[in-house]
Amino acid sequence: MATTASLSPEVLAKYEPVIGLEVHVQLLTNTKAFCGCSNQFGAPPNTHVCPVCLGLPGALPVLNERAVEFATLAALAINCEVRERSIFARKNYFYPDLPKGYQISQFDKPLAKNGWIEVPTPEGTKRIGITRLHMEEDAGKSIHDGFADSATRTYVDLNRCGTPLIEIVSEPDIRTPEEAYEYLTRLKEILLYTAVSDCNMEEGSLRCDANVSVRPRGQEKFGTKAEVKNVNSFRFIRSALEYEIERQIEVIESGGRVIQETRLWNAHEGRTYSMRSKEQAHDYRYFPEPDLPPLIVTAERRAEIAKQMPELPEARRARMVAEYEISEQDAQTLTATQAFADQFEAAAKAAKSPKRVANLVQSELTSRLKLKGLELEESPITMKGIAFAADLAEEGKLSSKQLKQLFDAAFENGEDFAIVYEREKPQQITDPAAIEKMIDEIIAANPKQVEQYRGGKKTVAAFFVGQVMKLSKGQANPALLNELVTKKLDS
Amino acid sequence: MTVETTEIKPLSIDDIRASIESGTSRATAIAESYFEQIQSRDPQIHSYLSVNRERAFERAARIDDLAAKGEPLPVLAGVPVGIKDVLTIEGLQATAGSRILEGYRAPYTATSVQKLEAAGAITLGKLNCDEFAMGSSNENSAYGAVHNPHALDRVPGGSSGGSAAAVAGGMAVATLGTDTGGSIRQPASFCGVVGILPTYGRVSRYGLIAFASSLDRVGPFTANVKDAATVLGVIAGHDPMDATSSPLPVPDYTADLDKGVSGLRLGVPAEYFAEGLDAEVRAAIERSIDQLRAAGAIIKPISLPHTRYAVPTYYLIATAEASANLARFDGVRYGFRAKDANTLSAMYRKSRDLGFGAEVKRRIMLGTYALSAGYYDAYYKKAQQVRRLLTDDFLKAFAEVDAILTPTAPTPAFKLGEKSDDPLSMYLADIYTVTASLAGICGLSVPCGQSAEGLPIGLQVLGKHFDEAMILRVAQAVERLN
Ligand SMILES: [Zn+2]
Repeated sequence: MATTASLSPEVLAKYEPVIGLEVHVQLLTNTKAFCGCSNQFGAPPNTHVCPVCLGLPGALPVLNERAVEFATLAALAINCEVRERSIFARKNYFYPDLPKGYQISQFDKPLAKNGWIEVPTPEGTKRIGITRLHMEEDAGKSIHDGFADSATRTYVDLNRCGTPLIEIVSEPDIRTPEEAYEYLTRLKEILLYTAVSDCNMEEGSLRCDANVSVRPRGQEKFGTKAEVKNVNSFRFIRSALEYEIERQIEVIESGGRVIQETRLWNAHEGRTYSMRSKEQAHDYRYFPEPDLPPLIVTAERRAEIAKQMPELPEARRARMVAEYEISEQDAQTLTATQAFADQFEAAAKAAKSPKRVANLVQSELTSRLKLKGLELEESPITMKGIAFAADLAEEGKLSSKQLKQLFDAAFENGEDFAIVYEREKPQQITDPAAIEKMIDEIIAANPKQVEQYRGGKKTVAAFFVGQVMKLSKGQANPALLNELVTKKLDS
Repeated sequence: MTVETTEIKPLSIDDIRASIESGTSRATAIAESYFEQIQSRDPQIHSYLSVNRERAFERAARIDDLAAKGEPLPVLAGVPVGIKDVLTIEGLQATAGSRILEGYRAPYTATSVQKLEAAGAITLGKLNCDEFAMGSSNENSAYGAVHNPHALDRVPGGSSGGSAAAVAGGMAVATLGTDTGGSIRQPASFCGVVGILPTYGRVSRYGLIAFASSLDRVGPFTANVKDAATVLGVIAGHDPMDATSSPLPVPDYTADLDKGVSGLRLGVPAEYFAEGLDAEVRAAIERSIDQLRAAGAIIKPISLPHTRYAVPTYYLIATAEASANLARFDGVRYGFRAKDANTLSAMYRKSRDLGFGAEVKRRIMLGTYALSAGYYDAYYKKAQQVRRLLTDDFLKAFAEVDAILTPTAPTPAFKLGEKSDDPLSMYLADIYTVTASLAGICGLSVPCGQSAEGLPIGLQVLGKHFDEAMILRVAQAVERLN
C-alpha cells in the first residue's frame, strides 16, 4: 500500500494530474421527482413514501415539472446547451435501498451538455468544461449502524428515494486539487444563486465523485484513472485529491501500474481505499425508460425558464466593483452568499458611502468572524448595523478607535451594532475649546513637524490629528479635530 | 375428449342494469348467483385465484340502495366482474400468478379497476393468469393451470386465461385482462369470447404489475361486442398517474356499433395466412371474410412485409423490459423471501430462484442478456429499429384500409401440456398478435366460428391508433353474421 511520505517535490513535479468531477445535486423541489411525496429532509424514516417511490408493483412514475424547471435553470446557469428532447433511462442494479432495482436516470440523451464555468487560478481565469448535466432520482439510505442489532442487520430508510437530482459531469480539465476546490466552490455558488439546491454537503444534497489520473508532464495520453468516492465535505476535496495523486505517482515511480477502480475516501484516516473489485463489476444495462415519454423542453419553455435566471455571482461581482467602487476582493467577500450580497446591497444603497460599508466588512467584520469561527450568516452585526456604523464614521461621529471598541463589544455580547451604540453612546469631545487646548499642547511639543507643515508639507497634518486623537483617548470628534488642526497650523 | 357448453346464458350489461332499475332483480341477488356459479363451475376451471364476497356484497348493496331510492344507476351498475390478478385492488391480494407475491396485499387500486367500480361494477374476485402475464396457455401460473370451459382438457390461452375462462364459464359478465403480446386476444379466441386490446395509452396502466411497460395494455373480456364497447368506454381515458396515457377524449364506443360494414375497406394481409395456419381456423376466418364482403365491405389484399420479424422482435423487447420490471421482486420489502440466506446476494439469489417460475426466469435471463454491454446494439437496439418498421407497415396499410382482418391464433385451443416443454413453439403461437402489440395499435378478437370439435375460433380485427370505434363496428358485424 502506498505511503506518500517518500515522494520529493521534484518527483511530484514530473507528473501532471488530470481530474474530472461528477457532482450530484439534490433539487429543492417541494415534492419528489416522480411522485407527490414531500421532498423535505429529516423526517422520521419511511414516512415520506408512497407506492411510486417505494417501487410497489404496478406503480408508475410521473415526472415533476418543477424538477425539469430547476434542472434547466441550473443547466443554463452553467452555460450548457439544453436539449429539446432528452430521454430517461433505467440504470439497473440491485441494492436494498433501490426499491425498483433500477434508478431512473438519463444516459445517452441527457437534458443538457457542453457547458463551462470559470475558475480563478494563479495563472488567471480558467474555463472548466462541463460535459453534461442530466436528471435522475436519488436512492434511499441503507443504515448499517446505530441499531442494537446492527451487527447482523441493515435498516433501510426510503424517504430520500425519488428525490430529484441533477448530475453535473465536468470535462477532465482540472489539473490541481486547488482547481478542483475552486470548481466546486464556483459551481456551488452558482447553484445557490439559482436556488435550485441548498448544496448542503453534510446533508448529502451536494455529493462529489472525482476521476483522477496522472501522466508524465508533456504526455498527451491520459493515465489510468481511479474514481474517488465518498468525499462528503468541502474540506476534504483537496486532501482526498492530493492523497490520490501522490498514491498514483508512487505506484508508477515504484514500477507499478495504476489500475482502474473505485476508491473510497476515508476522512478519518486521510486516505483512499480500494473497493472490492466485485462491487464495481457493474454493467448497468441502461435502456430507455418505457414508463416516461421523452422529455421535451421547447425553445419557448427554455426561454421562459431563462427569464427566472438571477444575476449570477460573477456578473454581480463585476457590477458591484463598478457600482460601489470596491475592490475585487471586497466583492468576493460580499457575494459569498446571495442573501448576504442582497443584504449588503440594500445596506450600501441606504448608506452614505457604499465603499465605507464594504471597507468595514473587510477590515472589521471578516477578521472577527474568523476569530470566532462564525459564518457570515451567524454574525451578530447585521449588514444594517454595519451601514449604521459606516454612516457614523462617515459623519465623523465615531473615531476609528471607538468604532473598533463598539465592534468588539458587539461580538462580545452577540448584539447588533446599533444596540451597542445606543447603550454605550461613546463619549466624544465636541467642545472646540477642549480640542484646541490639546492641539496647542501637541503643536508645542513638536516644533519640527510644525516647521515642515508650514514649509509646505501639508500631509504632516495627519500626524497632528493622530497625536491629538491619541491624547483624547480616541474621543475627539474626528471631523472637528480635522478642521481645528488645519486652522491652528495655518494660523 | 369432452366438449361442454356453458350452462347459463350470461346476462348482458344492459339486461343487468335494466333488471335492477325496474326492480325485477337486485345487484346483491345477481352477485349471489355469480358466486354460486363460481362455486359450482370453477373447481373444474380454476379461473379465480381469490373471491371477495363481503366486499362484493357491500358494493352490490349500495347499488340496490340507489335503485330503491329511484336514483339514476351508473352504466355498469351491479355488473359482476373479475379482475386479472396482475391488477391491484386496495387491501386485496395481488399475486400476478407468482409465488414471489404470495400473501402480498396491494395498498392501492389500479386506475382501470377504480373506474370500473366507480361505474357500479361489482368485483367478485381476482383471476388466474400466467405468472407475471408470461405465457400463452395459462400453464405458467404458480397456482395451477386454468381449464378451457369449452373443453376441460384444453388450455384457455394466456396469459389472461382466467379472465377469458371466467366470462366463457358464466362466472363474470365482464373481466379485465392484460395484453402484452396477445394475452387478451388469444385467450378470447380460445374461449369464444370478445377481448379488446386498446391502443397503447388508451387505458391507464397504473396498478398493472408490469411485464413489459411499452407493450402492456389493460382491456376487457365480455360475451358480446356491445358489452366490450361499454366496458372499454368506462376504463379508457387519461390518467395523471400514467405518463404514457393519452389525453385524447374518449368517444362513445357504442354509438357507431350498428352502422354495419358497407363501404368499409377491410385489409387482409397475405402474411397472416401462410404456413402454420390450421386449416379449420383458415376456413372459419375466410368464411367470416366472405360474410363481411357480402355485407358490403370492400375486402382488400394487403401486405405487412416485416411480419416475419415480429416474434423475435417482440421477445427481445418484452424480455428486456421485463428483466428490469421484475428486479423489484428481491425479497427485501414485500412478498417472498428465502429464509436460509446469510448474505445479501444469497438472499437475492435464493428468493428469486425459489420465488419465480421457470418461464419467468427464462425471460429475465433473455432480457438481461439482450441489454448487456456488447449485446445491446445487436439485440435491443436492433429490435427497436425493427419495431419501427413493423409500425410503419401498419401505418402504410391504414392509409388504404379502415381495419385489418386476420386469424387471432394459428390454431384453436391446444391441449394442456401439449406445448409446455417446447417454449419456442409456444412463442410461435403469438405470431398473429405480437405485431399489433409492437405497433401500439388497437385490436380485438371476436368469435367467428368453431372447429369440428366445437372449439371456438376467433377473428382478429386490427385498427388504427385510437380507432377502437371502427374495430368494434366491424366486430359487431362479425358477431351478427356469425
Ligand atoms: Zn412517493
